Amino acid sequence: MAESLRYSKTHEWARGEGGEFVVGISDFAVGLLSDLVFIDLPEVGRKVAAGETFGEIESVKAVSELYSPLAGEVVAVNTELPDHLEWLNDDPFGKGWLVRLRVADAADAGELMSAEQYKAHCDAQQH
Amino acid sequence: MLKTVWNDWHRAHGGRLVDFAGWDMPIQYSGIVDEHNAVRNRVGLFDIGHMGRLLVTGPSARAWVDRFVTCPVGQLRNGRIRYGLVCNADGGILDDVLVYGLDDNTVGLVVNASNREKIVAWLQRDPLPEGINFEDRTLSSAMLAVQGPASRELLEPIVGTTLADLKYYTSKFIDIDGAPCLVSRTGYTGEDGFEVILPLDKAGLWERLIEGGALPCGLGARDTLRLEAAMPLYGHELSEEIDPFQAGLESSVDLSKPDLIGRDGLLRAKADSSRPVRVGLQLVGKRIAREGATLLHDATVVGRVTSGTFSPTLQRAIAMGYIPRELAAIGTRLSAEIRGQLVEAEVVPLPFYKRGAMTAG
Repeated sequence: MAESLRYSKTHEWARGEGGEFVVGISDFAVGLLSDLVFIDLPEVGRKVAAGETFGEIESVKAVSELYSPLAGEVVAVNTELPDHLEWLNDDPFGKGWLVRLRVADAADAGELMSAEQYKAHCDAQQH
Repeated sequence: MLKTVWNDWHRAHGGRLVDFAGWDMPIQYSGIVDEHNAVRNRVGLFDIGHMGRLLVTGPSARAWVDRFVTCPVGQLRNGRIRYGLVCNADGGILDDVLVYGLDDNTVGLVVNASNREKIVAWLQRDPLPEGINFEDRTLSSAMLAVQGPASRELLEPIVGTTLADLKYYTSKFIDIDGAPCLVSRTGYTGEDGFEVILPLDKAGLWERLIEGGALPCGLGARDTLRLEAAMPLYGHELSEEIDPFQAGLESSVDLSKPDLIGRDGLLRAKADSSRPVRVGLQLVGKRIAREGATLLHDATVVGRVTSGTFSPTLQRAIAMGYIPRELAAIGTRLSAEIRGQLVEAEVVPLPFYKRGAMTAG
């Protein structure tokens, strides 16, 4: 788990970078999904609300929706990721990023969980 | 929830446990694909203690069981195993089972966990005939499967005898750790392998097999393996609304048995070509058409997917489903609706995966 990030209950993370936010999914989520086979990401220019579905990720076991942790506009997409799903296992907080968002209000990130809160959230889910 | 004798072991070794037909069973340990590949390339170990184990004894045991299952049991040589179906009066499938001819007076049945109670009740619908003894041994025994090309090599030193003479679909009792265990050359993976029914107090065999190099595998890999091998799964490809001919299981139905329960229904079913049939599908792209996904032909709904996955061996999305017979020809192009999008699907021959050479013997 990366300490400096903010997390949603649905296991997406967001990292502020110069007025924009890089978004991905946590190592915990990747571990839960396991055996990834497919990811569908949004197009650049897509406007998303906080909590809105912006893609899906499929594993051998099940398919899961991806939810935007923040409201904003997609300004970049990790287009290489669908062909390198192993990056989600190897480096979910780095090379495995999903999209970059220009957010309407950076203060929204304050609504997301801290690493510590998120860890407690994951622990609770395991029981 | 029912627990097998290895439940604590699964928990202690990273197994993710789920409710499967009322049993607390591991769906995976290290990962479905990892476990799947272990079975295809080396050897995997499965807890299949949830499978129902029924024992019929008595001088007329063979004849009695013969009426309930579609495969011939009367002439089954001792040690032989057959795959058969238990059907209702309409020919609908109540369960698919393995029938073990154990000795002249003993027949074993291995039934699906989800159908065990139903089959136990079905077999005892009428009072048992004089001299027939019927026992459900599921909770008083354990069962495991060793599957993969290295199964024999792993198992032989542990059971202390050669298994070369144990041909595919045969069984024999072997003393393991001082107790007779029923070892059969059977499985649900499309790979060479063995299944062992053993007393609960001999459960230490599990850890000896792990120490010998078997990778523990869960129900997730069991599902992807059987799907590649096109083995039907009850509740998916098989149900009371499906007859064996639709499911492509005609070779397991012996209609020459005059007293077979459901024979009239089976004869009608066989003559009825209007019923949809089971096919294999290969999809374009990596998205999985899962159970319930609609199948279309020329924009018309023609059927449904009964099982679908991403095949770790073929690296393709594969599925089985039921469609009208006239569309079942190899090469027919359909589409599968996956969450509102249509994905191209082609009818392909079953099984999806066949091991290179029969290694039995």
